[in-house]
Amino acid sequence: MTWGLVSNWILPGLWITVQVALFSALIALVVSFVIGTLRTSELWIVRFLSGAYFEIFRGASALVVIFWFAFAFPLLFGWQLVPLWAGALALGLTYGAYGSEIVRGSLAAVPEAQREAGIALSFTRLQRLRRIEIPQAWPEMVPPFNNLAIELLKGTALVSVIAVADLAFAGNVIRLSTNESAPVYTLLLVIYFVLAFGVTRGMRAVERHAKRGVGRLPERKPLFSRTAAATANGSTTDGGAR
Amino acid sequence: MSRSWNWDAVWDFMPYFWDGLLLTLQALLFGTLLAFSLGLVWAIALRGPRWVAWPVIGVTEFVRNTPLLIQLFFLFFVIPDLPGGPTLSPLVAGSIGLGLHYSTYTMEVYRAGIEGVPAGQWEAARALSLPMGHTWRAVILPQAFRRTVPALGNYVIAMLKETPLISTIGLTELLLTAREYGVQSFNFMEPITVVGVAFIVIAYPASLLIRVLERRLATY
Repeated sequence: MTWGLVSNWILPGLWITVQVALFSALIALVVSFVIGTLRTSELWIVRFLSGAYFEIFRGASALVVIFWFAFAFPLLFGWQLVPLWAGALALGLTYGAYGSEIVRGSLAAVPEAQREAGIALSFTRLQRLRRIEIPQAWPEMVPPFNNLAIELLKGTALVSVIAVADLAFAGNVIRLSTNESAPVYTLLLVIYFVLAFGVTRGMRAVERHAKRGVGRLPERKPLFSRTAAATANGSTTDGGAR
Repeated sequence: MSRSWNWDAVWDFMPYFWDGLLLTLQALLFGTLLAFSLGLVWAIALRGPRWVAWPVIGVTEFVRNTPLLIQLFFLFFVIPDLPGGPTLSPLVAGSIGLGLHYSTYTMEVYRAGIEGVPAGQWEAARALSLPMGHTWRAVILPQAFRRTVPALGNYVIAMLKETPLISTIGLTELLLTAREYGVQSFNFMEPITVVGVAFIVIAYPASLLIRVLERRLATY
């Protein structure tokens, strides 16, 4: 593997991977909050429809959804999406469904009295969500969102199969051009690991900030994600969401 | 160039669909067996001495935080290149990759289950001077398994949804059968939609079953 291959494929691939991760994370975050709050609605039809969205995207395989957006969607609707956007949209919608379960669970964990107090002060439903429920639920959401962000980052490798030139795609190009697979795939695994590490550190900062926002002290955690992964994987908010 | 849904293409695709489903379920079965057994090995090793536990933590963290797709490429392309490395078929490489990746998740499930066994059980086993292997087999694991069943079931569903990744190293499971059918018949929309629906049709009742199981085991 030469420097030319690295600078022509790996570095641009890294940038594409970061872009896909950011775009799909943004879509997933919006979907999580919209679907997650709709699932706590008082109207059964709203709960049913948002629940159906959740079950459909939780049940479908992310890779199949990516293929569907890349190949079936254009035939069905006559719009061809740019591969990068097809991938980001598919990932965002899929991981947003998982995220909606986190939002729903954390909102349900806010003490009932808080909601009643909001009603007593004649807040509208949106005001209640924005000013009372979401700010208190937010610190609880951050650790499972961290796990989801790592899953999403790993999921971005899937967009390489619809010819988005991300890191995984760069790996395949280099394997085919140099006939050597060991160095490039080892390098890729290390890069993804470092990225995941960076995401975890970033989310720790978000978590500290969120906990300070509701007057709670952040707890000390080991360097990597062991405790976060353990608690969220054991609970139904993350492990159950898959 | 939008066009309407064609049921004939669906019926035409169905024979290939069953072949793909068979391979998908095979990969899922082997992957599950590996994930369940290897995860248990990791979880027990975590309670061992430091020189065992730390490398296990390092390796499992690395495997869990890197994409399965790259791990599959690694198994399929790198392992045969190593001196004396065996050539793995797509099904074998795929099952190993899937099982290894998810063993790092099941490890945490087992770990939580083992930690949930009260300390008194360990002490009682020691007071009866049961040997270590016997303590694990007859006292700790039977109690730990109860709590782990629903969480393990969730990971089987998660693995089912990751099996299409094995198509990238050439296993003609559901997704690849759909793509191959699409290439020869120019009908992409129907087979891919059928495969997507198939995953939901399998995964949704399975998740309902797990929810029932969760309630059953919790009230026991």
